Amino acid sequence: MANALQIVVCAGIVPDPLQTLEPVTNPTGPGIKNEMVLPAVLDPWAASALYEAANLATKNPGSKLWLVSLGPKAKLQQVMMTVAQKVAFELVPVDGPLGGFPDAHSTAAALASAIEAIPGIDKTKVLLFGGWESASRGAGVTLQLVGEKLGIVDQFQGVDQIDVRDDGSFEVLERVEGGRHQVSVCAGAPAVLGWATGSLAEPRNNPQIGMANMRTIMPALQKAKAVTLDANGLSYVSAKLPSQQRETRVVKDMTPDAIAAELVEWIVAE
Amino acid sequence: MESILVLTHADDSGVALSKGSLEAVTAGKELAAKLGAQLAIGVVAKDASAAAGVLASAGAKLLGVSGEAFAQARYATDAAACEAIAKAAAATIVLAPGSSRFTRVMAGVASRVGGTIDTHVTALGGADKVEASRWYYRQRIEAVLTRAGRPWFLLLDAGTHAAFAGAAGAATVEAISVDAASRTTVTGFKTPELDAQTIRPDAKMLFVAGAGWTKKQPDGAVHVADAGKLILGFLKNTSASLGSSKSLVDQGSEGNSVLPFLTHMNQIGQTGATPRHPKGLATCCHGEEPHVVGWRFIGDRRAVSLDPNCGWTRGKADVVYIADAFAVMTKVNELLAARS
Repeated sequence: MANALQIVVCAGIVPDPLQTLEPVTNPTGPGIKNEMVLPAVLDPWAASALYEAANLATKNPGSKLWLVSLGPKAKLQQVMMTVAQKVAFELVPVDGPLGGFPDAHSTAAALASAIEAIPGIDKTKVLLFGGWESASRGAGVTLQLVGEKLGIVDQFQGVDQIDVRDDGSFEVLERVEGGRHQVSVCAGAPAVLGWATGSLAEPRNNPQIGMANMRTIMPALQKAKAVTLDANGLSYVSAKLPSQQRETRVVKDMTPDAIAAELVEWIVAE
Repeated sequence: MESILVLTHADDSGVALSKGSLEAVTAGKELAAKLGAQLAIGVVAKDASAAAGVLASAGAKLLGVSGEAFAQARYATDAAACEAIAKAAAATIVLAPGSSRFTRVMAGVASRVGGTIDTHVTALGGADKVEASRWYYRQRIEAVLTRAGRPWFLLLDAGTHAAFAGAAGAATVEAISVDAASRTTVTGFKTPELDAQTIRPDAKMLFVAGAGWTKKQPDGAVHVADAGKLILGFLKNTSASLGSSKSLVDQGSEGNSVLPFLTHMNQIGQTGATPRHPKGLATCCHGEEPHVVGWRFIGDRRAVSLDPNCGWTRGKADVVYIADAFAVMTKVNELLAARS
């Protein structure tokens, strides 16, 4: 078990991407109308991180995988009913507010505290996974801030692949501009990996994994520590839907040849 | 009284600043002029003095971190360099390009100097205070925010400002020494073959391929090979960049027939990119993600779709052609080839 890994995945929950979102003003700042009743999912990028982490843990026997998630307990429970059937993990829930508008620094502090409090965790051996951005705030800073708070100075963002070697070092592919990957080799854990999509498909639901996970998830949710997120000097002037609505010309009566001719004129026009 | 620092880095050549960095310089100059603030510019490069030549006429104090270790993008070294410059400049507002290099490190840098950060900033405004515009929920909600705490780091999205184009000259750069220790070695890049590279950020046009290309056509059969030829032919004729919907990319990882040149890197919307191109042409797409999220920063938008009732194109595209994309794109390619 030379490469038994300690993998912590930070993953938020977000409204299902197919939902229509409408901003509202709450006493604490902007929010999403009816956010608590909108169907929610595990953040898509963080979900990629979770699946990659589970795959890595399977390849390295003796590894341990924790999923750290901040959100209202009821919402976390709802999302975990699905996520728990995908891969085996131990949930570390943090009972806090939902949404992308709270300050990322306060969110990171709460997540770092939760990670440090995990029994048996060795910060010098942690691979901290998460999405390189979220589908809510979309800032790409929370995971980085958690890593800094944990003292991790080897960080990678936009990760699509990790190959762990026998000596514990690993090669990472990160997305950079122009459809390329930067290739780096890190001496080993601890490290932060903010995942893009990776290469794994979403695992099929496995009720056995689900039942095993839920034995620990429900007690963990009951004991979830409640946190409030400080605004940290952040205030919003406005939050609104984009007003731009285009006057769409719907063309139904042109032949393919005529459409092609019009398109080509449009394409070549400066 | 605010003071402003713009953090910049060299491009792949190592001897010139990246385009995003020059855009951040423009933003910094504009903001400094508006606030009457002092401006400093920090450069991270193998040779910061050489890279800073274009900044000689910027009218700013120049700070630089140089060395072989800073020729490469890497968290430990880039964060140390930016931290050192930020501490030396002691600015209240720090602007930087939202490049992969600085996006990787800048939150960490902000944390180290006791500051806060906001990213993907698309505009800077405000009358008596600095306000930043950015998008939330995958480009669905636009917010304007401000922060009381300083220093405040702001990463600017590419294309939101014109690139600074000052007369090149001998720039005086104050060198800052930084420990370049790291446990990470950058070994290179993985790049598709030149003719197989379909992601072209500087292209004038984005071509979006939807899942309809791999569905059964009117003859009852799928024509993935034909679809691939048509799409690649269009890219060859126009030098367009290729984007795709999530559903089309996901088919590959689910074992279905796919267009072999598509990867997750091509995906726009949901878990993909939101690229900036002057024009966009969507084909065989249906759904909110490609039309709302993926197209947010596309200027002139047209779509070819068989579905006259696709609500996502209405109000999002400028023109929607209700037609068979196979037939249309075959003719488009013929016409484009004849022109060339």
